[in-house]
Amino acid sequence: MTELGTPSFKKTVVELLYQLADDDFILACRGSEWLGLAPHIEEDVAFSSISQDTMGHAAMFYGLLEQLGEGNMDELSHAREGSQRKNAVLCEIPNGTGHYLKEPRYDWAFTVVRQFYYSIAKKIKLESLKQSAYEPLAHAAVKINMELHYHILHWTVWFKQLILSGGEAKQRMLEAIIRVEQEFGDVCSLGPLSAEMANLKLIDKEDVLLERFHNSVKPVFHTLSIPYKGSFGYRSGRGRFGEHTQELQHALTTLTEVYRTDPAAAW
Amino acid sequence: MTWHDGLNVEEKIRINQVLQSVKDPEIDSISILELGMVERAELQDGTLTLFLLPTFMGCPALDIIKTSILKAFTKVKEVKQMDVHFIYHPPWTSDRISEEGKLRLKEFGIAPPMKEAGTTGEWQAACPYCDSLYTTLDNLFGPTACRSILYCKSCKNPFEAMKPVSNWM
Ligand SMILES: [Zn+2]
Repeated sequence: MTELGTPSFKKTVVELLYQLADDDFILACRGSEWLGLAPHIEEDVAFSSISQDTMGHAAMFYGLLEQLGEGNMDELSHAREGSQRKNAVLCEIPNGTGHYLKEPRYDWAFTVVRQFYYSIAKKIKLESLKQSAYEPLAHAAVKINMELHYHILHWTVWFKQLILSGGEAKQRMLEAIIRVEQEFGDVCSLGPLSAEMANLKLIDKEDVLLERFHNSVKPVFHTLSIPYKGSFGYRSGRGRFGEHTQELQHALTTLTEVYRTDPAAAW
Repeated sequence: MTWHDGLNVEEKIRINQVLQSVKDPEIDSISILELGMVERAELQDGTLTLFLLPTFMGCPALDIIKTSILKAFTKVKEVKQMDVHFIYHPPWTSDRISEEGKLRLKEFGIAPPMKEAGTTGEWQAACPYCDSLYTTLDNLFGPTACRSILYCKSCKNPFEAMKPVSNWM
C-alpha cells in the first residue's frame, strides 16, 4: 500500500472520500423521497432499490473514512452539519416543490436527468478510481462499479424514452437538461485539492474525467437527435468548497432527527 | 483458493456443516456457502473469524445473515469466540454460486444468473418453471437488490432472476 504516513497523502484521500460519500448519501436520500410517488409501481421498486444501493456505496466510503480515523461512520453520515459536507450542490437540490409528506410536486424529468448525468459521472470516476494509489478505495470502486452498471442501464432507458416520446415530456426533459447542466460543474469538480489528487495518483485530473464524460454522453444525445451543449456551471454554489443551499440543511435536519433521538441505535 | 484453506479436515467438515445450515434470509432454500458468500474462515485458539462477501452492498439482509451465523455457531463447542467480517475484495460475482446453489435457486422459482451477458447489458434467463428461453425482462430491479423480474412467454409465468454480476461491468 502507498505510504499513508505522509500527512498530505492522507489529507487528500480523506478529502476525496468525503466528496464521494456525501454525494452518494444525499442523492440516495433524495431518491428515497420518491418512494410511493414514482410514476408507477415498478419504478417505485426500481428507484428504491437504486437508492438502497447508493446508500450502501455511501456507507462503504464512510467506512473507509472511519478506518482513517475520521470517526464513527454513522456519525460521519448523520451528524455532520451542512457546512461540513463536500457533496455537489446538484445532489442536494430537492426533487421539486412541496414536501414529500404533504403535496409533493416532484419533477420526474429533473430527477431522471440528474440521475442519468450523475450515474455516468460516477462511472467515469469509478473507472479511474480502480487504479487509485489508495488501494482500499480501488477495491471499493470495483465493487461499486458492478452495482452502478444496473443504475446506468435503468436511467438510460428513462432518459431516452422520455425524450423520444416527444411532446410535453421532451420539452420538460430539455428544460431539465439545461437546469442540471447549470449545476453540473460542481459534480465534475474535485474541489480545492484536485491537483494533489491527480499528482498522488488517487484519481485522474478533472479535465481528463470531464472529457470522458462528454465522450460517454454525446453519442446518447446524437442518437436522440438533440444538441449536446456540454457546458457546465455552478449556479447554486460550489459544494466541494463547502458552499451549499438552505435545502441541504433542511434535508439533514429531517434525516438526522431519528438518528439524534438515539445515536447508539444500530442501523 | 477455497474458503477452508486455513482449516484442517475435521474443522472444515464441522464448519462446513454449520455454514450450510445458514440460509439466505430472502431465499431460504440456498445457503450462504452455495451463494459463494464465504471467502475465508480462520480458526485459532477457539476463535473463528469469517470473511464474507456481500452480494450487494446495501443489502439489508447482511445483518440478519450475521446474526444467523453467530447463532448457528453457539452450538459448536470448538468455537468459543467468533468474528464475522463483510469484505468487498475480492468482489462477489455471480459465478461464485455453486452448481448446487443454482438448483436451489431454481427450486425457489428464481432463475440462476446466466454466464454471458453482453456489454449492452442485455441478458437472457431461462424460465425456472419450463426452461424456455422465450422470456422478457419486465423490471431490472426486483424485490431485492440482487434480483430482476422477468416474464416467460412460453408458460406465461412471471419469475425472478438473479442479476449477473461480473468483473467486466
Ligand atoms: Zn416458462
